[in-house]
Amino acid sequence: MRISYFPGCTLKNHAVNFDDSTIAACTRLGLEVKELDRWNCCGTVHGLAADDLIHRMAPITNLIRAKEAGADAFMTGCAMCYSTLKRANLHLRQNPEALSVVNGFLSLEQTDYRGDLDVLHLLELLRDRIGFEQLAARVERPLSGLRVACYYGCLLVRPREAAIDDSEQPRVMEDLMAALGATPVAFPLKTECCGAYQVVADPGIIAERTRRIMGSAASHGADLVVMSCPLCAYNLDDRQADARRLDPDLAPLPVFYFTQLMALALGCGEEVLRLERHRTDPRAPLTARGLL
Amino acid sequence: MSVPVRIYPERSRRGFVDQVEALSGQRLLACYQCGNCSAGCPMADHMELLPHQIIRLAQLGLGETLCGSRAIWACVSCLTCNGRCPKGVRIAEVIEAVREVVLRTNRRDDRLEVSALPAERLASLPPIALISAMRKLTS
Repeated sequence: MRISYFPGCTLKNHAVNFDDSTIAACTRLGLEVKELDRWNCCGTVHGLAADDLIHRMAPITNLIRAKEAGADAFMTGCAMCYSTLKRANLHLRQNPEALSVVNGFLSLEQTDYRGDLDVLHLLELLRDRIGFEQLAARVERPLSGLRVACYYGCLLVRPREAAIDDSEQPRVMEDLMAALGATPVAFPLKTECCGAYQVVADPGIIAERTRRIMGSAASHGADLVVMSCPLCAYNLDDRQADARRLDPDLAPLPVFYFTQLMALALGCGEEVLRLERHRTDPRAPLTARGLL
Repeated sequence: MSVPVRIYPERSRRGFVDQVEALSGQRLLACYQCGNCSAGCPMADHMELLPHQIIRLAQLGLGETLCGSRAIWACVSCLTCNGRCPKGVRIAEVIEAVREVVLRTNRRDDRLEVSALPAERLASLPPIALISAMRKLTS
C-alpha cells in the first residue's frame, strides 16, 4: 500500500522521535510511506467561528498536495494535524458555497480541491486497513509485561464527527498495545485535556493538568504513557518537572509516541526511537522488561 | 441579594447576543443551564466564570462582563462540553465567539505577546504550542 504521509511541523524538530519511529514502523509493516511534497503548516487549531474560512486554506492546500500525490491513502500521526486537516475537509464537504470560495482563492493551484480525499489518522489506518491481527503476526519482540496507559487527549476523540473512536471510552490505542504484546492499564483520565497551548501563556495550568493526568496513570500502575500528540507530549513529559514542584510525590513517568512502541515490537533498531529526545528517562521500564 | 437584569429592550445587549449567535452558529436560548458542561470542564479550576455561566451571561447580553473575563481565555476548545451537552449546544463555539468579539476590535487586545517571552523559554517551546497559542490568543 502506498501511503502519502503528512508529518507536521513539530515532527521535524521537537518530535523527531515520532517522525522516525512512524516511518520505521510503517516500513516494517510493508507500507510504502512517502512524505508529502511541499507540505505546509496545517494551522494547528481548527477555527470555531462560523465565518472563519481563511484558516481552512492551510489545511486545504495540503489536501491538494495529497490529491496530486495520488497515493492509496493519506495519513498523519499528529493528533492536532489530523484534527485540523479532517475538520477543514468535513467543513468544505458540507458547505458547497465555502468550497467554491476556497477554490476561487486558491485559483493558482493546478488542482481543484473537491473534498473527495479521506484524511486518515495512522491509528485508523492500522485498525481499519491493516488490522491488529495482521499487525500482531508481524511482532518480533512482544512488549510482554509492559504496563501501558493510553492517553488520547482531545483531538483524536473530539469533536465526534472527526473522532477516530468513541469520545468517552476509546480503545483503539489499547487494542494496538495489546496486539504488540503489552498490557494496557485502566486510565480514567485518558481523554482529559492536558491544557494544550496554555503552556505558552499560562504554564501554571499545565503543571496542574500534568500532575492530575500523570498522577492518575501512575496510580493505575502504568510503566509509561503512550500518545499521539506532540503538544500533549511536551506538556506531560517536558513540563513534568513543573508538576513535580506541585506534588513532590509524583513519580517520574516516561512518555512515548505509540509509534515508538510499534517500532520496538516490530524489531526496529533502538536508533529509530530517538530516546535522547525524551525529558523523563524512557529507558528504565524498557530495560526492566528486557526490551532494550 | 438579587440583581434585576432586563434582557430584551436594550439594543446594545441584543447586538452582542446577535453577534455571538452569528459567530458561533448557536442558539443561546437552547441552553437550559443544566451545568453538565461545567461539571466536566478540565479548565474549571482556572475560570472565575464556569462554562454554563458564560452561556447564561451571553443569553442575557452581558458582553462587557464576558469580554473582560479571564475564563474565556482559559478555555482551550478541548470540546468536552460540546460532546456532553444534552441540548447539543456547542459551548466551545460560543466561548470562541466571545474571544473573537474581543480580538476583532481595532484595539489589538491580544492576550499573548510572543516577543516578550524570555528567549530561553521561546527556544524550548515546540512550534505546535506557539502557533496554536498565537492562533487562539492574538488578533
